[in-house]
Amino acid sequence: MASPDGTGAREPMLPVPYRVTSRQAETHDSVTLRLDPVGERLPPAQPGQFSMLAAPRIGEVAISASGVPQPGEASLEHTIRAVGAVSRALHGARPGTILGVRGPFGTTWDLLSAAGRDLVIVAGGVGLAPLRPVVLGALAERDTYRRVCLVAGARTPAEFLFRRELDAWACRPDLEVDLTIDQPSAGWDGQVGFVTEPLARLRLDPRRTTAFLCGPEPMMRFCAQGLLRKGIAAGDIRLSLERNMQCGIGLCGHCQLGPILVCRDGPVVGYALAGPLLSIGEL
Amino acid sequence: MTAPHPAGPVVITRDGLDRLVEALITDGYQVIGPTVRDSAIVLSELDSAVALPAGWGVETGPGLYRLRRRDDAAVFAHSAGPGTWKQFLHPPRRQLWSTDADGGYQPAQTPAPRYAFLGVRGCDLAAIRILGRVLGEGAHPDGAFARTRQALFVVAVNCTEPGGVCFCASMGTGPAAGPGYDLALTEQIDESGHWFVAEAGTAEGERILAKVPQRSASVAEKEGAKADVSGAAQRMGRAMPSVDLPALIRESVASPHWEDVASRCLTCGNCTMVCPTCFCTTTEDVSDLTGDHAERWQHWASCFELDFSFMHGGSVRQSGASRYRQWFSHKLGTWHEQFGSSGCVGCGRCIAWCPVGIDITEEAARLAGLDPGPDQDRA
Amino acid sequence: MNGVHEALAGDPLFAGLSGTELGLIAAAARPVRLGARERLLREGDPARGCWLIHSGCVALDLAVPGRGQVVVQTLGRGDVLGWSWLVPPYRWQFGAVTVQPTTMTELDTAQLRALAEQDPRFGYTLTLALFGALAHRLQATRARLLDLYRVPDGQP
Repeated sequence: MASPDGTGAREPMLPVPYRVTSRQAETHDSVTLRLDPVGERLPPAQPGQFSMLAAPRIGEVAISASGVPQPGEASLEHTIRAVGAVSRALHGARPGTILGVRGPFGTTWDLLSAAGRDLVIVAGGVGLAPLRPVVLGALAERDTYRRVCLVAGARTPAEFLFRRELDAWACRPDLEVDLTIDQPSAGWDGQVGFVTEPLARLRLDPRRTTAFLCGPEPMMRFCAQGLLRKGIAAGDIRLSLERNMQCGIGLCGHCQLGPILVCRDGPVVGYALAGPLLSIGEL
Repeated sequence: MTAPHPAGPVVITRDGLDRLVEALITDGYQVIGPTVRDSAIVLSELDSAVALPAGWGVETGPGLYRLRRRDDAAVFAHSAGPGTWKQFLHPPRRQLWSTDADGGYQPAQTPAPRYAFLGVRGCDLAAIRILGRVLGEGAHPDGAFARTRQALFVVAVNCTEPGGVCFCASMGTGPAAGPGYDLALTEQIDESGHWFVAEAGTAEGERILAKVPQRSASVAEKEGAKADVSGAAQRMGRAMPSVDLPALIRESVASPHWEDVASRCLTCGNCTMVCPTCFCTTTEDVSDLTGDHAERWQHWASCFELDFSFMHGGSVRQSGASRYRQWFSHKLGTWHEQFGSSGCVGCGRCIAWCPVGIDITEEAARLAGLDPGPDQDRA
Repeated sequence: MNGVHEALAGDPLFAGLSGTELGLIAAAARPVRLGARERLLREGDPARGCWLIHSGCVALDLAVPGRGQVVVQTLGRGDVLGWSWLVPPYRWQFGAVTVQPTTMTELDTAQLRALAEQDPRFGYTLTLALFGALAHRLQATRARLLDLYRVPDGQP
């Protein structure tokens, strides 16, 4: 709550208690949690930003917001994949569980700066979670943007996040949706191929396209290269980066990528800056 | 906070230094200063000036630190000790918060120490300024650090006795102490006596200095002190090459040089522990057996740790070469972009305390393709 | 023939070809339109022909005992279907079946090979264009092999 020095500035390393109010399984290892404040409210996370979520007694991880702030509501939405001790605990948190939240931190997708342009949103695997707010944001102000294209890749059909929502989006005439899977899978009559392939098939006007990429780093690099081949400028390509995060506030040093502190200068970074850094091994 | 005192420099005796320490303690400060312990000169709480390392000097070189007996009773004629002032401003272990079964988070009751640092050399004063920028001037300042620094009283020493690993002159941080001190002393010792030319840099410095017997410094005394300090600038153990380091580092990301260092570097992390500006930390959650009470602690970390950059099942920087490159490139290169200055102050501790004697100035020279020259150890 | 020439000229695959070269290919090409679920290629058949897809979706498949026809890749606008006519034993290694109604331009590969024998320069340019498409397909396939979306192994 109030800081010990009495200045009233909130102590950024102190979590705020939030209660899990709903838990929606997305895939066999991912859930979307809705969190509501127990008492104190944090500012809403804008698309692209992340919060540090604390599983009681286990630890904290950085998780991007996967929903958009609703006016008048203080809920947070985060989609979590169980890959380690902390995320497993968060993944298993039933409604009623109290978690600790710090944030929101980091840079945003800055969707509004792409007003009047075509949006190309490319998601690989769980990279769809930080991008969902971009799609929701575009749909909420649909007339602000021209074309909105979503390309989402997953390992198998069962591993798409937000599957029902994706299917509903695919039916909308004002949204171009390409879903594609990496692994041949029975019972799927959609596209089979790496996410760069449907991306390459899009007819894009490089002068008015802004791209938003999120997924494993090699996937983002391949996609960015494909977009550059289409004549899209590096300055019009935005990536969401990830690194080991402990404090989330630029003080612990873990999240460095060359000159960038991913928690402070990211996670959303333009490809003009990120591209050369990502091509250096073990940077 | 850093304007020189209008009254000008004064002279205090060796006894006067004792009175200064007493005045600080009486005023409620915890005096931290150098003292001999475990065959080194370490920083510790002093309850009087008697604990100062009178007559002790050091012999330093790559991978070398030895105490040596001086033939005088100087108290500040040493450098490159294993401890730095950062352990008091940015403690090695610190509790952040605790939580109990009710789910609320309680901030740790951090003590608000009132330190007086006695004997801060130019390099270390610059390091305190740098830590201030890193930990205190970001969007989310470290509150505990800021409070400790706010209450800090600094007695700097203008260096007259540089060591074999020192290169503060080439980093622009010494041998004269830069801004940020409350008092600055220049130790003077010869056949005629042992005294200090003292100057206040702040109102608080004036207030404390006023409690110490003193007289105005003569012109000769002021000039003598200045000459000793500028003389020290000529006797540095080594120098950082004067090239554009950030640009050199950017261009050298794929240099074979990193593998060369890696063949020597043990990735032990000593350099990061003794460096006065290394600030990285790791957080750790601990709980008691019942699981009801949990605490988060923050402790020093090093970018040389194998899992410092752990993510998605493996670390981004696994090879020793990449980890050495990270430390070197951050300290001398990307620190500029992140925090507006170099991260290195030229204290030389990383050179002395490296078990295999890797010399950051030599590595910079090799990287720049210059001839590093013979080892410039001071006699 | 005009329609075919236009379709080829508009395809980024042939961006590096001159008007004359495009004309040669157009003379060996014809438009093709298929409905959904029509089998175009059968695994093992002699490999004749090469298709540029303009719209729709074609699935490459393989019969795997116990798994039936497994779709290993889908192709769409801008993709090339059919390489084995260039490579011994000149038999299709995979089958191809449309997923949706699909429009394509079919190239008479026997004619193209004859043209290439006569005019090696043209053959080289044509092969380079096809090679580019194949290289991108290989890179995408390698990216799939990396299995980038799997659960990372090893915990801190």
